[in-house]
Amino acid sequence: MTDTELLEPFERMLIDVASVSRLREILKGGPVDGVWEPLQESGYLDALLDPAHGGAGLSFAQLGALLQAAGRHLLPVPFGETVIARALLAQAGIPPPRGPMVLITPAAGSGNDRYQQAVPLARVAQYALVEVNGRISLRMLSQAAVRHTDVHGSLAADVDWRCAPEMVAGGRSVQSGMLRAIAAVIRAAEIAGAADQLLRMTVAYAGDRAQFGKPIAKLQAVQQQLAVMAEQVVMARMAAQLGCSSGFPPSLSAVAVAKHICGAAVPRITSIAHAIHGAIGISEEHDLQLYVRTLYECRIAAGSEIYWATVLGADYLKGSCDSTVDFVRGMRQMHLNG
Amino acid sequence: MFETLTLSALPAEDEALRAPIRTLLQGFLGEWPLAQRARSWLGFDRDFSRALGNAGYIGLTLPIRYGGGGRGPFARFVVVEELLRVGAPVAAHWIADRQSAPLILNYGTEAQRSRYLSQICRGEIFFCIGMSEPGAGSDLASVKTRAVPTAQGWTLNGSKIWTTHAQHADYMIALVRTSGSSADRHTGLSQLIVDLKAPGVKIRPITDLTGDQHFCEVFFDDVHLEQDALIGAEGAGWEQVTAELAFERSGPERIYSSVSLLDAWVAHLRSAGRLDGVAAGLVGSFLAQMATLRELSIAVTARLALGESPVLEASLVKDLGTTFEQSIPTLIADDLGSRPDEPIAAELYLTLMYLSQIAPSFSLRGGTREILRGIIARGLGLR
Repeated sequence: MTDTELLEPFERMLIDVASVSRLREILKGGPVDGVWEPLQESGYLDALLDPAHGGAGLSFAQLGALLQAAGRHLLPVPFGETVIARALLAQAGIPPPRGPMVLITPAAGSGNDRYQQAVPLARVAQYALVEVNGRISLRMLSQAAVRHTDVHGSLAADVDWRCAPEMVAGGRSVQSGMLRAIAAVIRAAEIAGAADQLLRMTVAYAGDRAQFGKPIAKLQAVQQQLAVMAEQVVMARMAAQLGCSSGFPPSLSAVAVAKHICGAAVPRITSIAHAIHGAIGISEEHDLQLYVRTLYECRIAAGSEIYWATVLGADYLKGSCDSTVDFVRGMRQMHLNG
Repeated sequence: MFETLTLSALPAEDEALRAPIRTLLQGFLGEWPLAQRARSWLGFDRDFSRALGNAGYIGLTLPIRYGGGGRGPFARFVVVEELLRVGAPVAAHWIADRQSAPLILNYGTEAQRSRYLSQICRGEIFFCIGMSEPGAGSDLASVKTRAVPTAQGWTLNGSKIWTTHAQHADYMIALVRTSGSSADRHTGLSQLIVDLKAPGVKIRPITDLTGDQHFCEVFFDDVHLEQDALIGAEGAGWEQVTAELAFERSGPERIYSSVSLLDAWVAHLRSAGRLDGVAAGLVGSFLAQMATLRELSIAVTARLALGESPVLEASLVKDLGTTFEQSIPTLIADDLGSRPDEPIAAELYLTLMYLSQIAPSFSLRGGTREILRGIIARGLGLR
């Protein structure tokens, strides 16, 4: 299957079920069924599963393309997380439940291991896959476990996962920290997708908006800023592709590259988008805010660019490789590492 | 947008070139000093280029019948990456290998190909590029150097500036006006091959801010050129130069100019026992950027391999890559300077200062940042 054959039906579905007007209703507390049910029926949630087990048998790299599409359309349900959770549960021989799932990765021993703050899309999730020190459990997200962050228009929530009843105990062990890495690469791919759409929108706006008797797109200062924005969008997309290219589960260093680059691109991209849009971009009515709020949320979720840079840099410094070029070359040849 | 820049893989048969070239480099360079490595593709070494040529590493993308390797852009990417990784002094053959030889292959006559290409591949003749003039930098279309057709060929008058290694090169491929005037802009320009030993050519090296001499001023005073000095079509110089610049802007040399310093600084951090925290974050950021930029550079190479002229993609990757290269000395200076009581090796300091001073040139050579962003803006449909 080519990437286009894979993507086109998915994007068509997203255009159909995840319109901006529906997104706005969901952000105000409306139901997600109209988005979730078609997604559940479509089979895309089992994208990573073997065809023998009723899945689509996609690679993680192919899933990455779908994640970018989800980001482009600001899909207001945890699609990537659910795909991952269903794959991990199926590998453990546990039939996955229906309904959206999020990934929870508390840092054990940090003194804050009950809560995970600001988990994206947790307000619309029914289940959480929790990893503590490599041990994975599936939990039901009751009202008591999920607390709205009170951020205007956000679907993120603080999750007290100990209040969530455990449904399946100790189903499976993974490498410690793996779920956080997977959550990070999902966010990276969504950033790449949302940033791409934001660029299109900003370029279109610059062409429409006239000042000084001509479209602002004709002003060199505006052109140079949009060029920088385009560069950052391309950088983010390539990093997201790299992050998803190392198989499933992904390599930690590939994830670190993806989340670092995509996270670092966010403030550069959003500040230019805002600069070009001017005051209208600060209004709730304009769609710009829908993109930037998602980008900000994705940037700090599952470790920011500094977190992942430190992981990557410490790994390199503590190793014995003395050529940075060799190290980055090796990323393309390496699968799971430590 | 810019979907052509997508993750691509280097073919296994090209990856296989790494081991033998590493052996050659180890034998030739040995313990090459750090400050020399940092000069990278400004380092001119005739013997080294000759050795590379003899081993078949120059002109890899040229057909075998012209003495080339008969391979594709990916093979060249691998070899160039290996050369830059250790800061090998590649300047002598660099220009010819990267852009002059492909230009001659694509636009030259059979006689021109036979005359120049196999010598280029053997590392016997070296080229420089005559584009900038005192009055024509970013505004390249306003070049005033002029070649007037005569009964025997051409008479060339004018001057070029910032021509890298003209003082050592055998030939210059010059962009000159052959008809019309500056007001005609992109029309009436042509590319001519100038024998730099011809009477009337005067070359004056310009000392740079680090004390090195690489770029030059070149004067042409009634220089006689044969008929077949013209490369490609008369008046088609602008289109040819545009295609040539895609080669010039696309390679990994737009990422790796500060890599010697980066590797030396990492060694310093290890010996100082700083393996975590802020320094690790900076190391990780450099690695993540390098990994991503490398994939972008390979993606541009993949467009070359498809026979395209990725002018837009190359501009985008060059601007990103040179921004990265330039940030390395700045941020490493931040780190080292933040620890005034931590001793650093003399050669690390020397290399840091050299790169800090020369780094602004990274986003000037091969097209300025502002010009590249203008090209990207055109790609976005803004101009």
